Amino acid sequence: MATTVTNAERVIEKSIGTGPPSRPGNGFHRNGGGGKGDADPLRFYADRYRLGMWVALAGVVMLFTALTSAYIVRAASSNDWRPIAMPRVLLLSTAVIIISSMTFEAARRSLKRQRDALYGRWLMITTILGVVFLGSQLLAWRQLVRGGIYLATNPHSSFFYLLTAAHGVHLLGGILALSYLLVRTRRRGDDVAAESRRIGAADAVSIYWHFMDGLWVYLFLLLFLWK
Amino acid sequence: MAEVTHEVVHRHEPPKSFIRKYIFSLDHKVIGIQYIMLALTAVVVGMAMSILMRLNLSWPGTNWPILGTLFPTGAPGGVISPEFYLSLVTMHGTIMVFFVLTTAPQGGFGNYFLPIQIGADDMAFPFLNMMSFWVTFVGFIVLLAAIFIEGSVGIGGGALGTALGGGGSGTVGPIGGWTGYAPLSALGKIAGPGQGAGVNLWIVSIAIFCVGSLLGALNFITTLLNMRTRGMSLMRMPLTCWAWFTTAVLALLSFPVLLGGGILLLLDRVGGTSFFIPAGEYVNGVLSGDPRFPLHAGGSPLLWQHLFWFFGHPEVYIAILPGMGATSHILSTFARKPVFGYRAMVFAIFAIGGLGFFVWGHHMFISGMSPYSAVAFSILTLSIGVPSAIKTFNWIGTLWGGRIRFTTAMLFAIGFVSLFVAGGITGLVLGQTSLDLPMHDTYFVTAHFHLVMGVASIFGMFAAMYFWFPKMFGRLMNEGLGKFHFWITFVGVYTIFVPMHIMGIVGMPRRYAQFTEYTFLASLHPLVLLVSIAAIVTVSVQLVFFFNLFWSMFKGKVAGPNPWEATTLEWITDSPPPHDNFAGIVPTVYRGPYEFAVPGAPRDFIMQTEPTTVDEPAVAGSRGDTSGNGHDGHKR
Amino acid sequence: MGRALGVVIWLLALASVYLFVSGHWWFPPAITEHGPSLDRQFMITIIVVGIAFTAAQIGLGWMVWKYRETGSSTERALYTHGNNRLEVIWTMVTAVIFIGLAVMGQQVWASLHLNQAPPGSFRVSVVAQQFAWTFHYAGSDGVFGRTDPSLINDDDQNFIGLDRADPNAKDDVQIATLIIPVGRPVELLLRSKDVTHNIWVPQLRFKQDLVPGMTIPVHFTVVKAGKYELACAELCGMNHYKMKSFMLALPDDEFRALTALPQDKFQAKKEELLSKYQLPQY
Ligand code: HEA
Ligand code: HEA
Ligand code: CUA
Ligand SMILES: [Cu+2]
Repeated sequence: MATTVTNAERVIEKSIGTGPPSRPGNGFHRNGGGGKGDADPLRFYADRYRLGMWVALAGVVMLFTALTSAYIVRAASSNDWRPIAMPRVLLLSTAVIIISSMTFEAARRSLKRQRDALYGRWLMITTILGVVFLGSQLLAWRQLVRGGIYLATNPHSSFFYLLTAAHGVHLLGGILALSYLLVRTRRRGDDVAAESRRIGAADAVSIYWHFMDGLWVYLFLLLFLWK
Repeated sequence: MAEVTHEVVHRHEPPKSFIRKYIFSLDHKVIGIQYIMLALTAVVVGMAMSILMRLNLSWPGTNWPILGTLFPTGAPGGVISPEFYLSLVTMHGTIMVFFVLTTAPQGGFGNYFLPIQIGADDMAFPFLNMMSFWVTFVGFIVLLAAIFIEGSVGIGGGALGTALGGGGSGTVGPIGGWTGYAPLSALGKIAGPGQGAGVNLWIVSIAIFCVGSLLGALNFITTLLNMRTRGMSLMRMPLTCWAWFTTAVLALLSFPVLLGGGILLLLDRVGGTSFFIPAGEYVNGVLSGDPRFPLHAGGSPLLWQHLFWFFGHPEVYIAILPGMGATSHILSTFARKPVFGYRAMVFAIFAIGGLGFFVWGHHMFISGMSPYSAVAFSILTLSIGVPSAIKTFNWIGTLWGGRIRFTTAMLFAIGFVSLFVAGGITGLVLGQTSLDLPMHDTYFVTAHFHLVMGVASIFGMFAAMYFWFPKMFGRLMNEGLGKFHFWITFVGVYTIFVPMHIMGIVGMPRRYAQFTEYTFLASLHPLVLLVSIAAIVTVSVQLVFFFNLFWSMFKGKVAGPNPWEATTLEWITDSPPPHDNFAGIVPTVYRGPYEFAVPGAPRDFIMQTEPTTVDEPAVAGSRGDTSGNGHDGHKR
Repeated sequence: MGRALGVVIWLLALASVYLFVSGHWWFPPAITEHGPSLDRQFMITIIVVGIAFTAAQIGLGWMVWKYRETGSSTERALYTHGNNRLEVIWTMVTAVIFIGLAVMGQQVWASLHLNQAPPGSFRVSVVAQQFAWTFHYAGSDGVFGRTDPSLINDDDQNFIGLDRADPNAKDDVQIATLIIPVGRPVELLLRSKDVTHNIWVPQLRFKQDLVPGMTIPVHFTVVKAGKYELACAELCGMNHYKMKSFMLALPDDEFRALTALPQDKFQAKKEELLSKYQLPQY
């Protein structure tokens, strides 16, 4: 495949100067063989998924920026701001999600080395850690509720529930994406394009996952250090 | 020559079943048309609402028996109630801004033509593309539901209504303006009619809309960066693509902020939180903390305004940038002349997009925000006029020395320029803090934004429609009807919206259900009447447009691949294009997008795909004094 | 077609300009100290943008008139991609004009908003609520009595929750009319009980939102006596369009005489003055 591509390119380079015949009327001509899509699927798909993910994350960043600025403005706007005590299990959450980032990296390294079984195993562990994280967040909510702290109790608790929920929903999306990858580990790509798509998808999900990890750490610090 | 066969192997077959082909289609062209149809549906609703509004304003208290039948709660006995009027205003604004001017220009024409113009076979993520349309569609349904839930105690007061936060208020849809200022929008039914469950649905609808737009924006950006065909360097893209790209960036960065704000607002309404509701509220005889009104403390009403306008100002550019792109494209095509100052146009688009994020405070000069930051916002606001002026001058420059063909599309594009100038310059009045003191929240503002958004952007869409219709449906729209439509609409909208400036100068406030209460408004009655009559005529003429549109789909003249003798990639393929756009062939681009009137060339236009020949004079781009692209330094 | 379009563009521009210069409809005369300079700034801006508008429309009309395709000639359009010098020139020129306007446009604003009310200003506390205005005067001691939302009692005409037990509140007055002296700076303390409203008297050339949870101080000086309509200019609900009141600007002697009256006589005198002054003719 790869050699064909370079050949095709050479043909095109040559044809430009001489100008191949163009179909009159609509400018159609037949020397365009191989845009990125057909000529170089490997780079193409991986790029597309990674790029798309970065773009999507820019949107996520804006959402949390908006909520952060609301948090800061609200904290300053009145004297009813009573920070809630940190539920202890959040430390567990934090540890779990940081570890999950590492296991994801391990998975990705296995994938690059084409060790599929190992890849699957690490992915599975990452997914489980993700679920544990969500469970631990729910536990934190339960603890608060038992302590009589609800959404509307005071602005800090409102933000706590809101931010953890918003992050949780995003992380749930990450878990779905992980499950998708898990299903795909079985289906070994039968052609080069499918394989590159698989790698691209894994890369993209890992970007997302690490981002969610970092986002949680940020939110944690915002909620309990910045008061 | 073995390699040459490779170019046709990746031909995608179109899906066969009706549902996959027309309903849940992954084809960006079908999705584009779906978006356009959604926008056309929405615009009919929005226009009908504007007519009802005008009826109420110019003939207050009149009994319209038919309205009494249609809207028993809104116009009891046929007389439009003030609540009904305000919910019409709210819905008119929301529908027009979100479901007309954010869908058709970007989701519609952008979806259809961006991939083709860059030589791609589809969007980067076709599935996301389909999702973004259907999510938007659901948003529209929810918005319509908001009207009905709010309007009927019957439905809204039942179990469903309770689930939605206390049921409707039994009037006519949400009342809050399209800007939904808190705390009016945050308090719930206690704040009066039009504040019940319908407002929750209004917020949900907009939140859904945000999600749909975000999916779309993500797709546009990735597609443009990743899927340009061979030779399609950034500076060889048509200006439309630049506009859609910048629009997508604006949407990507601004919609999440509205989404965040919307979530906070909804929580204030249904979750008892106090993000926007301050302490000590005393509403309609009830103090916050009473069993009928949960205790709120400490929220900041201005926070909502900041979040809303941080989105809201970029949003107005989201509404107009695609129109600007289409105008540049069409002016060049029918002037038979390259775009004047292509590079300057690109920079201007960027400058508008970039500055657009730093001027939101100009909507809040009078809001109680810090007067010092108002000064900063004001100066930035006027600065944003500079790139707009650059664009205007370049449009006029494009016409200069052209050989203008007055097709309907061209008429609308020229109309766009005229209207954009008319609406834009009053932005320079509103943008000065001092002058906003008398002008804020008067019809002067209404006049300003209808000229730029309500009609300039819409003219951009009309131009795009007449221009690309043959590509989309294989047939030309009827030029005679089109021109008739243009003349009446052009004169009509000037007649509707220019007098509104005068009303604003006299002091007429916006969002007034009636002007009868104030003697200082009495002298304006003739103008109010004039505006209403012009509105009725103008809106009626849109029927001609709709007739032309649907009639031409089936009966129009067959167009052929390139009826306008245009140069960009969409015109090298069939009309309508095949499923994969270029029938398995991947086009190669050799030159800039607007190579018209090249001296010595056999025809007065050169397609982007026509290879450069050795003996072709290398003119464009090589002269020192040009800012155009033409041959933008790409090696032969 | 080209000629027709050119002419229509010119005619529309002409009609638009005519509507602005006809003088048939315009601002009501200003009655504040800052009014004339605001009006001047408005005129300057309107003239500048009016010239730009007219020039742009004439230019546009001229282009479509002149460069329409005529059937006979086969000559091509001018092949040019632009002109950098022109781009630089018009960028600079508009930047200078726009920034110039922006800077000039801050003057009135600065005089009103970037400094405190002058000492000796007459202070009125303004409380808006859904569809009514209450103006709270400190009385002869010049000190406002304490207010508290939980003391609001509509039946008792205590719309602002004035604490009648507070000694400072003894001589306080709350009425639905804004009464201010002429020739003396006025400071309004703006508050709202429920949603955002906006106080708007066209003759004042002034407008300000009243935001619940905030007290917004603003000041200006009225120079012409009279009775004026006062409107709400921020959407506040169903009867937004009826949230009306009056502003009475009284000459100093009349104002002093009125404010010296005890509360019971005050009301009667106020009614008398309200009917004495006529609304301006529009
Ligand atoms: C498509 C939509 C669109 C566009 C493009 C604009 C463009 C601009 N807008 Fe507008 N605006 C709205 C939509 C839009 N606006 C809406 C919807 C609202 C109201 C929202 C609401 O409250 O409901 C609003 C409100 C609004 C306000 C708030 C008013 C108030 O509520 O008190 C302000 C204030 O600064 C403002 C300013 C501007 C400016 C400076 C521009 C500039 O970008 C304009 C630049 C263009 C030109 C300047 C014309 C072309 C230039 C020339 C021909 C050059 C020659 C000129 C000279 C030498 C003078 N707009
Ligand atoms: C795109 C935006 C848009 C458009 C097109 C319009 C169109 C019209 N608008 Fe509206 N309007 C708003 C956006 C728009 N408006 C907004 C945001 C508000 C503020 C709401 C608020 O205060 O909260 C408002 C408010 C508003 C008011 C003020 C109400 C008040 O403050 O009390 C009035 C009063 O007359 C009015 C009138 C009209 C009229 C008569 C039309 C006419 O219908 C004009 C004639 C219509 C056309 C010429 C358009 C035809 C378009 C098509 C047929 C679509 C073509 C599409 C494709 C080709 C895909 N509008
Ligand atoms: Cu109060 Cu509008
Ligand atoms: Cu704006």
